[in-house]
Amino acid sequence: MKKIILIGFKDVLLVFRDPAALVMMLLAPFLLTVGMGFVTGRFSGSTSSGLSEIPVVIVNLDGGELGNSLVSVFQSAELDELLVPTVLSDTLSARQLVDEDKAAAAVIVPAGFTASIIPAAGQDPGSEVMKINLYLNPGRPTSAAVVQSIVDEFVGRVELGRVGGEVAILQLMKNGLIGQDSAALRAAGELAGKDLASGENSQPLITLNKTSQGKGTVDFDILAYMAPGMALMFLMYTVSYGGRSILVERSLGTLPRLLVSPTSTTQVLGGKVLGIYLTGLAQIAILIAASTTLFQVRWGDPLGTIVLVLAAVFGATGWGMLLTAVSRTSGQAANVGTTVMLIFGILGGSFIDTSNLPVWLQWVSKITPNAWGLDGFSTLATGGSLADLGAPVLALLVMGAALFGAAVLLFNRSSIVER
Amino acid sequence: MAAILEVKQLKKNYGDFQAVKGISFSIEQGEIFSLLGPNGAGKTTTISMLSTLYTPSGGDASIAGHSVTKDPMAVRQLIGVVPQDLALYEELTARENLSFWGQMYGLSGQALKNRISEVLDQIGLTDKANQRVKTYSGGMKRRVNIGVGLLHKPRLLFMDEPTVGIDPQSRRAILDTVKSLNQQGMTVLYTTHYMEEAQELSNRVGIMDHGDLIALGTQAELTRQVGQTDTLLLQVGEDQDPETLAKALRSLPGVRLAEVSGSAVSIVTPSAEEILAAVVARSAEVGIKIRSLEIHEPNLEAVFLHLTGRALRD
Repeated sequence: MKKIILIGFKDVLLVFRDPAALVMMLLAPFLLTVGMGFVTGRFSGSTSSGLSEIPVVIVNLDGGELGNSLVSVFQSAELDELLVPTVLSDTLSARQLVDEDKAAAAVIVPAGFTASIIPAAGQDPGSEVMKINLYLNPGRPTSAAVVQSIVDEFVGRVELGRVGGEVAILQLMKNGLIGQDSAALRAAGELAGKDLASGENSQPLITLNKTSQGKGTVDFDILAYMAPGMALMFLMYTVSYGGRSILVERSLGTLPRLLVSPTSTTQVLGGKVLGIYLTGLAQIAILIAASTTLFQVRWGDPLGTIVLVLAAVFGATGWGMLLTAVSRTSGQAANVGTTVMLIFGILGGSFIDTSNLPVWLQWVSKITPNAWGLDGFSTLATGGSLADLGAPVLALLVMGAALFGAAVLLFNRSSIVER
Repeated sequence: MAAILEVKQLKKNYGDFQAVKGISFSIEQGEIFSLLGPNGAGKTTTISMLSTLYTPSGGDASIAGHSVTKDPMAVRQLIGVVPQDLALYEELTARENLSFWGQMYGLSGQALKNRISEVLDQIGLTDKANQRVKTYSGGMKRRVNIGVGLLHKPRLLFMDEPTVGIDPQSRRAILDTVKSLNQQGMTVLYTTHYMEEAQELSNRVGIMDHGDLIALGTQAELTRQVGQTDTLLLQVGEDQDPETLAKALRSLPGVRLAEVSGSAVSIVTPSAEEILAAVVARSAEVGIKIRSLEIHEPNLEAVFLHLTGRALRD
């Protein structure tokens, strides 16, 4: 066991003395996380903290039921933590707040908006529907997109109600139940409009991702997703680099030298695996410490985080060993490792939410430690604890064990030395 | 004296290719034994099998009674290996390298520290022990490479072409180190394709070619196989072409071999005195001026030529 530990720690020392490896292991994921933070508006605004407290300006020039309803949506309790709405009467002032980066977007409801959808008695029902104007802040793309999605959802429901009302009335007319000047027609139209405007019996337009199971409300920090996403992607670099070191040592002659010392093949391989594992742990630990200290990223339950990191690095190390076992040269292992790192990063959700992928691809993503790791980290970031990590931790441990088994079958003394 | 190494019909095949063709020899305790042969003769493959790195395709060898195939761990405790290529961690210092490798051989604590100090002193790197190996010159790296093989005081040291690609000064230092180790009682198996090194160091020499051990014995025994031959070394001027002279001399009666070696032409002949006048005359005919001339007694180069029909460096 002593020799395994010696070889493992020697490998960790070598990695941390390799500036190129440190750039890829630590600096690259750190900078990408910071970059993502800027892109998502995590660092913009003095009071903003990720996807919460988005400043938005509403100008209601309509004054009708639908305009008032939209203002109510933005001021609703459900969106209280997400939005900080300000109602103005002046379009120019609203745009100025956006231009000065004091608001993520301005929502301008034009005069006559309600009337264009719910015609009053005697008004021409065929007149053109007026549109809500959005003035978005390009410096806060994610926050602006959130405001846009709320407005889109509102407009979608309004449109659905309008079309539904028209269909119902047309059916009544077709069946001769009402006439064109009927009081019943007017009553049905008014009822549909009021129902539409009140929003009663409808689901909340937007809900925040909050913790369940009675653990209280936790704000979701976008960096709590981005930071582990990048860390897990570059963890794949680290494990492939570590695995590659077996092939590098073979070509440098240090591996044969180890094998002619009184050290067994099992001890040598065990030491290499330990080195990869310890390096991966050190990498993730440093990234967690840096993101927590510098950006106040909330990783969630500490015990859960530790267990998840241990499992994720184990699963990734299994991949590192398998990639090494199937590679003939260190150059080949480097190319395969980089390719796998990027594919796993995309598939595993380091760049995009995997729920946006086709269902079959979501299943494929389950072979990556990134997907399971991110699943666990998201659970922790939204208030989950170790007890909620059963599936990802188990999956990562099984993944690591299975891949180790496959790698061991492919490795043997002669294949290490003579191939 | 008892044999520390006994090799019996050792073979290594790679598919149809026979890298080592069933060689047998033994080395006695306290000896420096050289395996001499050109590149590709099978010297490194032989050492790789004897050091338990490669599994032989046939035959066996024993070191102090332990079979390299049946008891490799015991063999590894007894041997030290200085590989042909540098096998060091360049991001570690010399001291860190020695410490790591010492622990791989079971050394620890104060014994390890003491031994590291001794080896650093032996290889002359005490004052630079805490510098990373990557900052060293080629010769210094070679010395650390040797130091690693000495840490655990092996009974049998394998040195595989340890002077390849280094400057004359470092080469001299390494040869002196080998002699010093041998004087302290260490048995050395030394491989080289430099005839001069084998002649200077060895008690006995085995000559390998194409995987076969084609000759074995002391230098005197081997040169007796050749019969009486001399080597004539002709140094030509800097602006002269030695190849032109070598070509011109090959057709002279009594010249067995004429080859270029740097700015000199080396001639192997049964009697240097008898062809000397003809050599000078032919040189004048082709317009090459001879700056100096040396006559050498029979050596291992001549033995190799006699046995294979080729020069060692062909």
